[in-house]
Amino acid sequence: MKATFDLLKTLTEAPGPSGRENTIHDVVAEHWRPLADEVRTDAMGSLIARQRGSAPPPRPALMVAAHMDEIGLIVTGIEGSFLRVHMLGGMDRRVILGLEVTVHGRRPLPGIVGSRPPHVLSADERRKVVAWEEVFVDTGLPAAELAALVTVGDHITVDRELVALKNDLAAGKALDNRASVVAVTLALDILRSRNHAWDFYAVATTQEEVGVKGAIASAYGLAPQIAVALDVTFAKQHDDDGPGTFELGKGPTIAQGPNFHPQVVGRLVAAAKAEEIPYQPEPVSGGSGTDAWGIQVAREGIPTGLIEIPLRYMHQPVETGSLRDIERAGRLLASFSARLEADFRPRWEDEL
Amino acid sequence: MNLELLEKLTQTFGPSGYEDAIRAVIRAEVEPLADEIHVDPLGSLVALRKGTGGGKKIAVAAHMDEIGLMATYVEEKGFVRFTAIGGGIRPGNGSRVRFANGVTGVIYVERRDDPSTLPELQHLYIDVGATSRADCPVAVGEPGQFIGPLVRQGQRLVSKTMDDRVGCYVLIEVLRQLKDAPHDVYAIFSTQEEIGLVGARTAAFRVDPDIAISIDVTATGDLPKALPMAVELGKGPAIKVKDGGMIAHAMVRDMLVEAARQAGVPYQMEILLGGSTDAAAMQLVRSGVPSGCLSIPCRFVHSPSEMVDEADINNAIKLLLTALRTGE
Amino acid sequence: MSNTRNETLITTLQTLADLTGVSGDETKIRSAIKPLVENHVDTMRVDALGNLITCKRGTAENPLRVLVTAHMDEVGFMVVGHTGEGGLRVEAVGSIPERLLPGTHVWVGKEHTPGVVGVQAIHRAHGNQQAASVEDLVIDIGAKNKEEAQEAAPLGTAITFASRFREMGAALTGKAFDDRAGCAILVALLQGERLPCDLYGVFTVQEEVGLRGARVAAYAVEPDVGFALEGTLVDDLPKRDKDVSPTAELGKGPAITVMDRSYTTPPRLLSHVLKSAEAEGIPYQIKQPGVSSTEAGSIHPARGGVPAITIAVPCRYIHSPRALLHPDDLENTQRLVRAAIARLTPETLAIS
Repeated sequence: MKATFDLLKTLTEAPGPSGRENTIHDVVAEHWRPLADEVRTDAMGSLIARQRGSAPPPRPALMVAAHMDEIGLIVTGIEGSFLRVHMLGGMDRRVILGLEVTVHGRRPLPGIVGSRPPHVLSADERRKVVAWEEVFVDTGLPAAELAALVTVGDHITVDRELVALKNDLAAGKALDNRASVVAVTLALDILRSRNHAWDFYAVATTQEEVGVKGAIASAYGLAPQIAVALDVTFAKQHDDDGPGTFELGKGPTIAQGPNFHPQVVGRLVAAAKAEEIPYQPEPVSGGSGTDAWGIQVAREGIPTGLIEIPLRYMHQPVETGSLRDIERAGRLLASFSARLEADFRPRWEDEL
Repeated sequence: MNLELLEKLTQTFGPSGYEDAIRAVIRAEVEPLADEIHVDPLGSLVALRKGTGGGKKIAVAAHMDEIGLMATYVEEKGFVRFTAIGGGIRPGNGSRVRFANGVTGVIYVERRDDPSTLPELQHLYIDVGATSRADCPVAVGEPGQFIGPLVRQGQRLVSKTMDDRVGCYVLIEVLRQLKDAPHDVYAIFSTQEEIGLVGARTAAFRVDPDIAISIDVTATGDLPKALPMAVELGKGPAIKVKDGGMIAHAMVRDMLVEAARQAGVPYQMEILLGGSTDAAAMQLVRSGVPSGCLSIPCRFVHSPSEMVDEADINNAIKLLLTALRTGE
Repeated sequence: MSNTRNETLITTLQTLADLTGVSGDETKIRSAIKPLVENHVDTMRVDALGNLITCKRGTAENPLRVLVTAHMDEVGFMVVGHTGEGGLRVEAVGSIPERLLPGTHVWVGKEHTPGVVGVQAIHRAHGNQQAASVEDLVIDIGAKNKEEAQEAAPLGTAITFASRFREMGAALTGKAFDDRAGCAILVALLQGERLPCDLYGVFTVQEEVGLRGARVAAYAVEPDVGFALEGTLVDDLPKRDKDVSPTAELGKGPAITVMDRSYTTPPRLLSHVLKSAEAEGIPYQIKQPGVSSTEAGSIHPARGGVPAITIAVPCRYIHSPRALLHPDDLENTQRLVRAAIARLTPETLAIS
């Protein structure tokens, strides 16, 4: 559990805003390289690590996608010693005031999201969520120096240390989706010492938060026989516990619905049951909003599955997940992969 | 500045899906400048200018299509109801349209209970001079374009369809002036950009480029009470960082910045909150293509009076020529 | 109206419309179509998403590859939760107007377990005139508690309207005519004589959740031209404002799309289809442009681009428990599609 926390800490604290994933890319690569037979980067910047299977070639390929990009901010203007900013991905304005951030200018600059003092605000204004036009980042630098170091288009990421809560929970930023990158890393590690017939392609994808972009390109390039995406889903929390939310600490979810091939879903469930890994079924009635949605329709179509790790407080700098769920997701992924026979191909009920 | 060409480009008929006439105009210009030329199944015109060797395959796209409208219903008294071709059109009372068959009409708004709100398209109709459904010269399905002649006012140029015929103009001039570039340059005059970035996607699929760049217009933040945006008219072409559909690849973006510096032309960095360009589609062709966009700042986009600055156009041509001459 | 009833076509429509196949769960439809076409086609396979891809070779007179799609899936619901009282919480799959649901009778799951949707008695609704959203409704299968509901209808179970095909006056009525009408026509096309070109008949999946089946089918088939067969909307109930478009009308022949929200028909292909109708004396109508999305929208951007057109049977009340169409329109649509394909030549598609 300590190792999982440490890896999650390293990965969540590294910056990797959508479209500028180079730093997190290098951090992930460092962890994947020793676990893989080869590592490369594709045109959209996604990191691809291949662990060869034991079947004779041509071996079938399993693509496993977890996006490594995170939501953030982008500089849209420089006004004196303030940076005008806007969201990159689905950044939540409700939690933005007062955040400590890093501005990725000519060099990394620490900054604060400024807020007006309560004394000058009306009772109404105090309760109102701030509009983007009123959000500014302050780096403490004088105007001239700021203009020399920062340009319109520079990315900004949230600074937040991962903290351990009680009961093996961890809270911080970018657990969406570094929690899944941790799970894939664990699977790579397990599969090093466990026989698997299929080639296992771990892909840390880019630009998921701005439209599932990296996964679409990687899926086309790899043309795998099966793909499994890993992402995060909504955990039950004090103010939201209806359908579409899942228990924290009771295992990852296995999604089902039009986005997923029934036999891939069936194999994931079978793997969980065989190895006594707790899981929760997650019905998804249409688009899953994950890499799986883009991957499924690459080329002639790819049988796709999705494993999700429940998180509280999504897209907030206090995303909270269970280390146990992350480890279970990694084990589930590894057992699913190891149990794929060389000649297995997903079929439909009426083809059996 | 070849005003005559820009006028011909902006005024020629070509709503999305109906680009035959504008393609003929552009084809006549680029045929002598290209080593190979072809038209793809969705109507995009692709002109290849071969490089001197050792370079990359670079696709540069400007879209030929324009926003427009289409007749959806003819009323008993001959008034024509219509829908938009492409997004974001807000025709005002008295705007004029020209249908594909040459018929001209006037747009007006019906009487409404609450005239204080902006009318939706369904409240507008077109009078084409008919007196009944029977003598109406426009049938359901007839496409039309807005009318807006080209006018020069000092450095500013105003016309309908600067979006994106000004991009076509830049691309034609680049083909005309490009010499000794190492790269194979595929100029894509794309179709159906305004209805989903379709033509550039399919054309780029065939070309399978190493790098893709679109040339299109972008909005500006220099108007009264405009949303904050760091782009101004006349301050140079804008190099796209991000828009509603794409984050430009850092390598392509930096390549354009470097070219601007080398060419000594002013430039601006662009973040557009809504809307996108052909580059967003080309980026995801096959297994991904590093893509970027060079924008011509333009006021009043998607109105019949789109305004650009002549210097921005000339600087965009210089910038692009420099970028394409550089070995990468 | 002319008497152009085609009993075989009507029987096929009845067979297919009475089966259930919500997006992502089209197995029953595919299983019913296979025996209807297998002796009439040269190849038949099911792809990764569940599309049934058939090919009927041409008489080799012309080299064109012609794709014709009709989607097997229908709108419906998916179980996403269970109430303590044994009710089913659902989400819509595809677009269903909220106000249609109260008072309906539904089929739950593969066994067509009956269920009903009721709302608060009018006496107690305090004049509330707002239709409840789908998420707030509960489907009642009579389960006495949560456990029984979970057992009978686990998470992910598909639900459809419960309506059986029947004839009514001069019309045919039933559920899912969008797009079993298209499926019935495509079955008839494949059952008919060989055409000069290669006919790729694809019964697609997941149209109602984003035109996804046709997208991968078009990539796989690499056609020269595409036809999407639809059951399309008719909006001809009497309105206060009489002088407005009914979108399409019943009994006036196939509705041909010039432009909808997903694509524009290339003028040369449109004029080819209109000329074919005129040459064969088949009535037709132009569908109101700019309304709805169809599979032509995901065929035409495939690979290097594919000219495509949607031809549809006008249907009243699609996406409701019971649609209504005229048998003449069904037959005339079939005749028109056959005629248009038979008359296609490579020159038809060439751009000057």
